[in-house]
Amino acid sequence: MAKRAIEPLLWMLFSGGGVLAALFIPMLLFLFGLAFPSGLLPAPSHQHLLVVLSHPVTRAVLFLLCTTALFHGAHRFRYTLYDGLQIKHLNELISLLCYGGAIVGTVVAGYLFWRAG
Amino acid sequence: MKDKPVYSEFHPRWYRPRMSTYWWVKRWSHLAFILRELSSLFIVWFVLYLLLMVRAVFGTNRYQEFFEWSAKPVILVVNFVSLAFVLFHAITWFNLAPKAMVVRLGGKRVPGSWIGASNYLAWAVVSALIAVLLLGA
Repeated sequence: MAKRAIEPLLWMLFSGGGVLAALFIPMLLFLFGLAFPSGLLPAPSHQHLLVVLSHPVTRAVLFLLCTTALFHGAHRFRYTLYDGLQIKHLNELISLLCYGGAIVGTVVAGYLFWRAG
Repeated sequence: MKDKPVYSEFHPRWYRPRMSTYWWVKRWSHLAFILRELSSLFIVWFVLYLLLMVRAVFGTNRYQEFFEWSAKPVILVVNFVSLAFVLFHAITWFNLAPKAMVVRLGGKRVPGSWIGASNYLAWAVVSALIAVLLLGA
């Protein structure tokens, strides 16, 4: 029954992460993943990034984005395997790997953003 | 087996046609559903990429290394594909919001188009803030 009790929380993390990912990731990915490395736009200086990333608000927002986006991804990918490939007999293993990965990622993100202060 | 109830002879429960593993390739709407679900992988990729960057910014001499690595064609292609999937996620997500959210103001239901528009407005504001924060200096 414990499994049933946690299901609403997982759906909440899924939708919260979905909203934050949709709001934040397109611009961040465009800038840091394409525009800056390719030289399309001038990349911010190391000093500027240090200042921006050290700010408590940035760290809190990015940590929240990372953790909820990871749980969003874990939840959605679990159901992709369930609906898309109809892997139902491995349900428990898949859940363990997906949510386990999200928990590990949350711990790593927490450590990085905590250290960034 | 005791006396067999006549009415359940052809119970629908027994009619379960096997569904192909690749049921989603035949129709565009089904394929779009699976592609949208696969955006999850690219969102996770972005989180890893962001964490690597944060680590590089706070590590000694790692910042330049990170930007050299991220300028590799393979990484640029992965990021380009990821951006396409993330945009697909964002647009489908915002378009669904009016259907998922019922907001009432003063006893009246707020029209769906307003909810959709406010989501897109929030997206624009957040994106502009990020751009100003990173490009303004």
